[in-house]
Amino acid sequence: MKKISLRTMLKKQSGTISAVKVGGDLGRRIREMGLVPGTTVSVIGRAPLNDPVSLRVMGFNLTLRNSEADYIEVEVN
Amino acid sequence: MSMAIDVALAGNPNSGKTTLFNKLTGARQHVGNYPGVTVEKKEGRCRHNNTTLTITDLPGTYSLTAFTEEEVVARDFLINTKPRVVNITDASNLERNLYLTLQLLEIEVPVIIALNMIDVAKQRGIQIDAKELSRQLGVPVVPIIARSGQGNAELLDEAIKNAENKQGPAISLSYGEDIDLALNEMEVVIKENQVMTGTYPARWIALKYLENDQQIIDKCKSENSLSDEQLQKIAARVEKHLQATLGTTPEAIIADYRYGYIKSLLHNKIITHQYDPNRLYVSDKIDTVMTSRIVGPMIMLAILFGLYKFTFTFSEVPIGWFESFFSFLSDSANILLPDGYLKSLIVSGIIGGVGGVLGFVPIIAFMFFGIAVLEDSGYLARVAYMMDRILRVFGLHGSSVMSYIVSGGIAGGCAVPGVMAARTLRSKNERLATILTTPFMNCGAKLPVLALLIAAFFETGQSQMMFALTLIAWLGAVLVAKFLRMTIVKGESTPFVMELPPYRMPTLQGLLIHTWERTWQYVKKAGTVILAISVLIWTMMTFPELPAHQKQTFENQRQELLASYPSSVHNEVEKGGATQQLSPEALQLYGALRSIDNMEAEKALKNSVAGRLGTSLEVVSKYAGFDWRTNIALVGGFAAKEIIISTLGTAYSLGEVDTENTGSLAKTLAKAPGWNKVVGLALILFVMFYAPCFVTVVCIAKETGSWKWGLFSMAFNTFFASTIAITVYQVGTMLYGIQ
Repeated sequence: MKKISLRTMLKKQSGTISAVKVGGDLGRRIREMGLVPGTTVSVIGRAPLNDPVSLRVMGFNLTLRNSEADYIEVEVN
Repeated sequence: MSMAIDVALAGNPNSGKTTLFNKLTGARQHVGNYPGVTVEKKEGRCRHNNTTLTITDLPGTYSLTAFTEEEVVARDFLINTKPRVVNITDASNLERNLYLTLQLLEIEVPVIIALNMIDVAKQRGIQIDAKELSRQLGVPVVPIIARSGQGNAELLDEAIKNAENKQGPAISLSYGEDIDLALNEMEVVIKENQVMTGTYPARWIALKYLENDQQIIDKCKSENSLSDEQLQKIAARVEKHLQATLGTTPEAIIADYRYGYIKSLLHNKIITHQYDPNRLYVSDKIDTVMTSRIVGPMIMLAILFGLYKFTFTFSEVPIGWFESFFSFLSDSANILLPDGYLKSLIVSGIIGGVGGVLGFVPIIAFMFFGIAVLEDSGYLARVAYMMDRILRVFGLHGSSVMSYIVSGGIAGGCAVPGVMAARTLRSKNERLATILTTPFMNCGAKLPVLALLIAAFFETGQSQMMFALTLIAWLGAVLVAKFLRMTIVKGESTPFVMELPPYRMPTLQGLLIHTWERTWQYVKKAGTVILAISVLIWTMMTFPELPAHQKQTFENQRQELLASYPSSVHNEVEKGGATQQLSPEALQLYGALRSIDNMEAEKALKNSVAGRLGTSLEVVSKYAGFDWRTNIALVGGFAAKEIIISTLGTAYSLGEVDTENTGSLAKTLAKAPGWNKVVGLALILFVMFYAPCFVTVVCIAKETGSWKWGLFSMAFNTFFASTIAITVYQVGTMLYGIQ
């Protein structure tokens, strides 16, 4: 188990969120979409220019920018 | 006995809320705005078991904080109206959907949960025990399939049951020891001082203080500033403590605990997954093609081009009907009414104005239909996903591309539907920047003007020139967007975090209702203003009339001319005009009369308010090489860009020039004194970038909810265009030494 930033996750890799290190508007948006500690995420793909990234979270798909993914720390195998 | 109750539909975006609303209310809907904000208010009626239900479709939100207009509107509506709340949730995605449910329960409104798309959930191997969910949350839970109507009757049964009960069950979540203790302490303060307790539950107010919810804090402060101070103090203490011990904020912890509660609730016998929830669905397989690196963008270009073609090709036919209807009307008015101002007002001002309003209707209807297909199918989110990386650089949003395309990003669109297409953007700043820059695109009305100037001054390589102008329009739009986002529309880029909903087949009913609503709104909201401005512009270009002695001079010329021909020729001209085979003499007389008319029209135009304006603008416009004739044409172009052509025609004594046939005008301009390639280029760029036509200005004002932005776009764009035109003219003249 090691902790990495969501940005550095590879396609098809999954892990469990361990921390969301941002507040304010962005933090609120991230949390209300279910990206909170304990949630499992996996990377479904990336946009043609490698950014944003698309994720599978709790059975639905979500996309966010790499710069936003930076704040999310994920525990992976 | 018959009774009436209020029902509100609340739910996440993409949960099928609008589908349910359409299914329940059919065409009995009314769309308006919530006071003071641009958020749409949709209301409809439905009858069930002798009860009339007034159903309000609240804006789709993921949460009930006070950080977006939609959420504030939804929250205020629930508090003020005290409706029965149908919380529609996506059964295949329950965990996230229940996040809003918890917040609804916290404000203690009577909630009925509709488990929508229960069929999709089943397909995905998700089993939900609705009874157990209902038991644990203490509210009714009804599985439904909104699209087919299955379960809707049971849902309405529940909505009607105990309708007199305006209070939901109290739910009290634990947010961990630190926050729970603070909440208890605050609750005591709130209850003792009765701070807003008539409106909100006390514990909820306390929670809002910890979440730093400015709307509620301000309300409480104005009601009781003393207890507000006490509450703020407690909130600050908890915040400081959590920051020191856990390095996080109360708001984050509250969100974490809400999701924690949902997870343990669902995993406790309510939900079972037959398959791995992370396995790929059909939708994901489609996406591996639709959003792939090379093929994805190509498909996107094809689809956007298709939207454009669909909008502007299919709307041609109904536009043709409108045009023939209005030309029939003005022909009839021409025949029936005596010559004079009344006739001119009715033909040019009113019929022209109403025709102008309605002329856009088919385009708007087709555009909204096309966009509704993209939106409801889920593709629009993919466009935003793929375009975001590029448009973000300019402070825009991935979805901005749609507005640009529709308004002429592929030369020949229209800025009116382009401005309206920006409704799909949820982020405020990005949306405003898009609305303000989308009129820079080369719309269908600018095209004949550009074509005329290209034909007059850039005879070789006309199509390359047109292509270059399209690129210049894009470049201008994104650069100005960047400039605006750095200055006037400043602010952090809105978080992109966005759901990629699964691909779904849109329902025809949904598409038609959506299209009809939007189109009708345009007619209703913009129509009246546009008619008024159209009459105003007519007045400006007509009055004051030529002084009597000048009119007399032209009349004398006509009489002199007529006197030099025999009466047989007069008759011939009067009867046939230029349409029949005329004798050479008659043709000559006809031509000479026309040129006197045209000269009079030129004089009259120069004498009118618009003409005087054009003349006085020469002070500035001479630096761009434009004389009064060009200026009047540009003033006229504010009514509609293609009017530049007919006004230039009048100003050059050519009479009315048809936009389809501008050859003679192009030749006149090419030879006219004061015109050359540099002036031509300066004017082309000016026409591309100056004030949008007033229909667009009205739409900008309506869409942004403020006339300020409509006026801003007129002033700013004209200033921007002048700067470009003057620079081009001055530099060009210096380089080529043309004077």
